[in-house]
Amino acid sequence: MTHGAGIIVPRRGLGLRGAFSRRPVAVAAVGIALLAVALVAGIAAGSVAIAPGDTLGILGRRLLGLDIPRTWPATAETIVMELRLPRVLTAMIVGAGLAVAGAAFQGLLRNPLADPYVLGAASGAALGAAVAVIIPVRTLILEFGLLHVLAFIGALGAVAVVYRLSRVGTSAPMTSLLLTGYAVGSLLAAGLAMAMYLSGSGLRQIFAYLLGGFEASSWMRLAVAAPLIGIASIGILLRARSLNGLLLGEDAAAHLGIDVRRERAILMALASLATAAAVAVSGLIGFVGLVAPHFVRLLVGPNARLVLPLAALLGASLMVGADLAARLLGEIPVGVVTAVIGAPFFLALLRRARSGYEL
Amino acid sequence: MIRLDGVTVTYRDRAALRDVTFHVEPGERVAVIGPNGAGKSTLLRVVAGLLRPVTGTVELTGERIERLDRMAIAQRLAVVPQLPTLPFATAVEEVVALGRLPHEHPLRGLRPADRAAIAAAIDRVGVGHLLGRDARELSLGERQLVLLAMAVAQRAPILILDEPTVHLDLRHQVEVMELVGDLNARDGTTILAVLHDLGLAAHFFPRLVLLDHGRVVADGPPSEVLSPERIREVFGVDPEFVRLRA
Repeated sequence: MTHGAGIIVPRRGLGLRGAFSRRPVAVAAVGIALLAVALVAGIAAGSVAIAPGDTLGILGRRLLGLDIPRTWPATAETIVMELRLPRVLTAMIVGAGLAVAGAAFQGLLRNPLADPYVLGAASGAALGAAVAVIIPVRTLILEFGLLHVLAFIGALGAVAVVYRLSRVGTSAPMTSLLLTGYAVGSLLAAGLAMAMYLSGSGLRQIFAYLLGGFEASSWMRLAVAAPLIGIASIGILLRARSLNGLLLGEDAAAHLGIDVRRERAILMALASLATAAAVAVSGLIGFVGLVAPHFVRLLVGPNARLVLPLAALLGASLMVGADLAARLLGEIPVGVVTAVIGAPFFLALLRRARSGYEL
Repeated sequence: MIRLDGVTVTYRDRAALRDVTFHVEPGERVAVIGPNGAGKSTLLRVVAGLLRPVTGTVELTGERIERLDRMAIAQRLAVVPQLPTLPFATAVEEVVALGRLPHEHPLRGLRPADRAAIAAAIDRVGVGHLLGRDARELSLGERQLVLLAMAVAQRAPILILDEPTVHLDLRHQVEVMELVGDLNARDGTTILAVLHDLGLAAHFFPRLVLLDHGRVVADGPPSEVLSPERIREVFGVDPEFVRLRA
């Protein structure tokens, strides 16, 4: 009930959507509150716990310049400002970016199973990272190592190759894209396996990257990644109309005024950019990009104008929460947390969906 | 309204349309008929600007189609697609609302005028009782009506239908055809439809264009176009069979 809000009273509720159907604003408000709680909790909790009141005090004092009397030790301020704040903000941006990219790929490929990595970005990034570990060169650009740079290039490169190769077949471009993505992904995975085999002592480092995490976040890294993810996500948001048109397929989208070929190329480039920037800073974190858009669609329907921003909110909250859980469990990889939370959650969603509403 | 002059289209080496010329005037109701592979769907794709002819020209509302971008074409011409599949659960009104894509504000989305057009289309096509339902759960007949409502919400002066009755039972076939006829008669919408069923075409359309092997072999009222000799020649069946159906 998104496009039609305000004109129609539904005869029959659509499962979960019933309660929220006419109130995307309510969903947004809940999402913002959820994110705020996750952010404060993410900053307050950790190996050194800082009381939520002190956390808010530090943030108010340092970020907003409020004149709040200091009731906390100086180390708490350092921990919050130099370690936790850049970390939760990175998790927030990455979560939002992956959710938006996931929603975009699902819409573009008209495939509910698509996620940000569907066109080979994950395999490309992983191979890039593994190659970086093997190459005996250590450079640091803007606090990014060769690993991040090659992961970024690998992710973008893989998608570019997939796109290029799939353009040969014109009859069913979407199917062709998916299949090409699968084939190229398999090839890259073979390369990754070989690189890991050859990496010797670097294996652990490759593995840590593959599982993802935010422990190495910093203001500088955030400053590089955030604009890339932000610009790509906003670019996708501005093309919500094209994603809506593609709901009915490519021909129908063209009949509805969408320049399908151009829009598809632009959306794919933007979603891949967001994905590549996200995997470069945080490694491969699954499930958020798959689950967040679906959950939002259950609440507000498939209209991309609503799905994209709300999925960004939810993805951000999920990622901050997952990072917090990972930290509290002794710095286990975030990718493990998102999979452990995400998979059962997704299954529950599917089971519930079967009774009245499908994904 | 629609002018095709000397249009030839080739797929690889095979000519799908050969030197096709025909004009549709504003307010006309025209059905394109012909056996499988005659080029009917190709013709619709050319009219909708999805296929560029190798030679010949296509004009919509007086303008060369290659000068119009997709949005401009969508504001002149609405197409009822052939029962597409939806990747996500989509409520009926959300499908109808897609018809407003060519008109809605690129950033703000639907405005009051768009909502009014959606409500009017739902009313016009009579799908109000389906609101709130997932379009994927509907019967084929219901889905066809929802897609028709979407095209009506687009409020384009030309409506194109590609085999609109193909999966429908007799009652729904007649329902869709009557609705299309009504859109033409009452709203003045110009209709161009591809139809398989010669009986429906003859009954509901005052003008038929018969395609065979990519050429227009007849163009005129049903009684002229569907002469017994031509039915035998083009479709390879006993004309009596068609007469009985009609």
